[in-house]
Amino acid sequence: MGYPQPSHPRETPVLSTYFGDAEARTLAGWQARGGYEVLRQVLATDPVAVQNVVKDSGLRGRGGAGFPTGVKWSFMKPDGKTHYLCINADESEPGTFKDRELMRWTPHQLVEGTAIAAHAIYAETAYIYIRGEYTEPIARVREAVREAYAAGILGANAMGSGKRVDVHVHKGAGAYICGEETALMNSLEGRRGNPRIKPPFPAVAGLFAQPTTINNVETVCAAQHVLRHGADWYKSLSSPSNPRSTGTKLFSVCGNVARPGNYEVGMGFPMKDFLWDLCGGPPAGREFKAIIPGGSSVPILTPEECAAAVMDYEGIQAAGSLLGSGGVICFDDTQDMVRQIARLARFYAHESCAQCTQCREGTAWTVKILERIRDGEGTMKDLDTLLEIADNMTGKTICVLSDSCATPVVSGLKKFRHEFEAKIPKNRSMAMIPGLSPAAA
Amino acid sequence: MSLHAMAPDGHAAHEPYAPVFTGARRAELDELLTRYPTKMAALLPALWIVQEERGWVSAEGMAEVATLLDLTPAYVKGVVTFYTMYHQHPVGRHFVQVCTTTPCNVCGAEDVVNTFLRETTCGELGVTSADGRFTVIEVECLGACGFATPVMINDALVECVSVDSVKDLLAGLD
Amino acid sequence: MVTLTIEGREVVVPPGTSVLEAAKTAGVLVPHYCYHPSLPVAGVCRMCLVEVEKFPKLAPACATSVGEGQVVHVHSEKAREARKGVLEFLLINHPLDCPICDQAGECELQDYTFAEGRKDSRYLEPKRFNPMEDFGGDVLYVPNRCILCTRCVRFMDVVAQDPVLNVSERGDRAYIGKFEGSDLTHAWASNVVDLCPVGALLSKDFLNKARAWELDRAASICPSCSQGCNVVLETRDNVVVRIRPRPNAAVNQHFACDVGRLNYRWINRRDRLEFPQVRGAQGLAVAPWSDAITAAAALIGSAARVTVLASPALSNEALFLLHRISAQTGAAQVMTIARGPEAPLPGVKDLSLRAERAPNHTGAAMLGFIEVTAPTADLTAGDVLIVADAADAVADVPAGVIVIVVGTALDGALRDAAAVALPVCTFAEEDGTFTNLRGRVQRFLQAKAPPAQVRPSYRVLGELASAVGAGAFPVLASDVFAQLAASVPALNGMTYRNLGLQGAMSAAPVEVTA
Repeated sequence: MGYPQPSHPRETPVLSTYFGDAEARTLAGWQARGGYEVLRQVLATDPVAVQNVVKDSGLRGRGGAGFPTGVKWSFMKPDGKTHYLCINADESEPGTFKDRELMRWTPHQLVEGTAIAAHAIYAETAYIYIRGEYTEPIARVREAVREAYAAGILGANAMGSGKRVDVHVHKGAGAYICGEETALMNSLEGRRGNPRIKPPFPAVAGLFAQPTTINNVETVCAAQHVLRHGADWYKSLSSPSNPRSTGTKLFSVCGNVARPGNYEVGMGFPMKDFLWDLCGGPPAGREFKAIIPGGSSVPILTPEECAAAVMDYEGIQAAGSLLGSGGVICFDDTQDMVRQIARLARFYAHESCAQCTQCREGTAWTVKILERIRDGEGTMKDLDTLLEIADNMTGKTICVLSDSCATPVVSGLKKFRHEFEAKIPKNRSMAMIPGLSPAAA
Repeated sequence: MSLHAMAPDGHAAHEPYAPVFTGARRAELDELLTRYPTKMAALLPALWIVQEERGWVSAEGMAEVATLLDLTPAYVKGVVTFYTMYHQHPVGRHFVQVCTTTPCNVCGAEDVVNTFLRETTCGELGVTSADGRFTVIEVECLGACGFATPVMINDALVECVSVDSVKDLLAGLD
Repeated sequence: MVTLTIEGREVVVPPGTSVLEAAKTAGVLVPHYCYHPSLPVAGVCRMCLVEVEKFPKLAPACATSVGEGQVVHVHSEKAREARKGVLEFLLINHPLDCPICDQAGECELQDYTFAEGRKDSRYLEPKRFNPMEDFGGDVLYVPNRCILCTRCVRFMDVVAQDPVLNVSERGDRAYIGKFEGSDLTHAWASNVVDLCPVGALLSKDFLNKARAWELDRAASICPSCSQGCNVVLETRDNVVVRIRPRPNAAVNQHFACDVGRLNYRWINRRDRLEFPQVRGAQGLAVAPWSDAITAAAALIGSAARVTVLASPALSNEALFLLHRISAQTGAAQVMTIARGPEAPLPGVKDLSLRAERAPNHTGAAMLGFIEVTAPTADLTAGDVLIVADAADAVADVPAGVIVIVVGTALDGALRDAAAVALPVCTFAEEDGTFTNLRGRVQRFLQAKAPPAQVRPSYRVLGELASAVGAGAFPVLASDVFAQLAASVPALNGMTYRNLGLQGAMSAAPVEVTA
């Protein structure tokens, strides 16, 4: 099924099979659909064997970085220390709303995936960190956890396996940066959501300074299907031409598009078909002007670049952007790109945690310049300054929020420079900016 | 907006502060503490409880939480001011957050905000209407981009709000 | 050990050393703001980014551990450009008010900008403004100059273990905050002023007193308690205007307490004892030094009983000479020790404002001075009491007791009782050593000139000791110390040269040999 759009025949619903199916939300409904059977099997399996199946499947992290999940799990060794699993349900990347639907419609899918991942990394405790704005998903997942405890699926003796699996829902409080895994751990510990310097990596010293794995909601949901049907089955869902991107991926589509919503397709799906066929193309009577294919932090593509791309990690990279979180933001030909890039920069300036100099100061400065250009008070020199600031903000900070702010500026200026220039009055110089020169007052 | 403004303007200073964590709320906190190996980890949940009870997180609320979790009030304040969902001032009975980040912005979210500001009589972002019913703010990405424009009214998310649906939406609120 | 190359120089350091610290051993300063050797690493200012060969990105030198064979470039174009970028970001909202800023001249933002920053500003937008705030204690916060390095927050959190400061808000709205009603009242809070690399945290006491470049500085030891914190006495035109800690890993790391910092006004007092005086028919009268010494020696020589009351704030050198006078005359050696509340700095082992508010009671005890509570109680007419810089200990003088004052001032009961008054320097005006409560012997250096005919204590007491027949004594502090070190087994082998400016531990305190 689909939500809010009915499932398109060319989709490959695996994770999204029960979107829109209210019965799947309950424990009984989930079990009637085969739920928790694979968890029972996994709990009786050696974690290394579980890790290996996921390794073989080629499943990669769906939060944005695309790190192989089985490999990440295999960093966790049975060392006698307390291990933690964090589920990253802080979905905050503008343009992304897939985890929201996973949690709203199939909370038990998440709980089951969480329990499986916990077992695979020798953890007895898992925290599902859900962004505070997700009030309905929080309520759904909390209810699913409650049901799972009541049924003995979670707890001291999970499904009679003799193993302890505790799952707690932790509610965020409004901070995009908590989607960054080390910031998430700080937030969970009751701190400001500041990203941490790595090393130490979470697998060595993460949550509460213990070995920790952080997985995205979609990743652990996918893992249970891998374990249920096998690595080969999972790989068969995606284009055989690229063995590095396997299985299905949920793409969230939003902005100026005929049919916004979540779509699940096999990796390697042609982006042209995706945008114009599944999603219905631009709104009636309009044309696409620009597409951000992987959440707001990745480079902007032109429709032509998108039409030539396939939707997997490598395919979108080859087109000049990144798969990221799978949030596809569409801009039609009525949009003012300067205005929208300025708005995007404002998002990052608002969300900067304030730790690193380049990010704290650079994001806010970028906004001020962009808004001045937007308002017709820019100069040609501002464009160079923007690019130099962007360069100073890239690759120099603890996390990549700073880079993310610079990305749309750089790609926007590269691809839509004419729109910026059109807003700059001819022959305008610094001296003519109101307030900067008494002569201009 | 003053950066250092922390004056509890909705809380009469001469009234003694009634603790939040008594009875069932205290039991709730005690249960929360069993979920984490440190007391500090219960800070965000504890602050949520304060906000659920009082509608905002006052300086006294921060101090109460600090005492319960063996933290200092200054530490708690540093955390409270990091997270945008904790209200550091009292807000209207209906706290309206309109997403205006890019994906919603391209779908006309700014017009939706303006309609809310006009219809609620708030006029300005962050200002509470004279009757105390509404406070309207712009919010960064609510994670419901496919349902532009999403609006959160207190804990309820309303999808696909348009300029035309604002009036009806408000009519259903007390 | 790990061998790596930094700016073309090979260094060998223990594993786990940061690149920044390793660079120091190569004599290379990696510019930085948030890093401080006495604080946990934050890695947030991003000023210390360096180029490490084979690394994909620039690495923060403070948070990067050395690796075998690493080749580090601190001054490559890439690293310099990165620093230039950071400096530009730090300055865009900075008020550029160096002419009225107390930090100017000792400001790392100013220094690095001068060295490597842009010549002009590209920032055309309005600057951020936040009002100045009194943080309590001696600390003033000027947020417009703040670079959010968080040294102050980390100090209060981890070292003082009294987290009353925080980072409030986020993004470019962030500032250093505190909770209404809880001020910087910790006994060690003023360290945040020193730790602040810019002019954002200022000492209210020092505010507008002097420009940094007008100050003369001398290595000294804090006289306010027996911890022996290493400090710098800063003077302007011969007036002490500020006391700041001087790093010593074995004693006080980089810190000094507020009591010690602010206890300097007495050094500058104008109503000093400035000339030798001898009491005659008309009362006390100024006398030549030689006459005063002779008069004092005569009184001591003819006394039935002599008591030496010494201050435990005197130098070892002065106490040694007093001890020689006592040995010669059979005098009793006593001292009183003022006490106050103990105030530890929890994050540093064995660092505290000690209850004993005297810098050298250990040295005094080593030289045979015994603590008493009522030093004048047993005295009877005809006794001689030598009060060596211990005016505070003398509430009243029994009738007929002959008082010889060796001191910096004539206060209280001594003004009427003194038969001879011999003016001596404060610790700020002479060289000397103190022995702290753990037995660490540490030098202090002359920071300012004494007034009028005031002489160093070791010279005055040396002459007095000679005059009572205790032998001959040298005129240089270092030579007096050499005699002292030769006669006290616990100090054998110590010299000013080998004590240096970090001091050395004495052997267990023992009695002085003859």
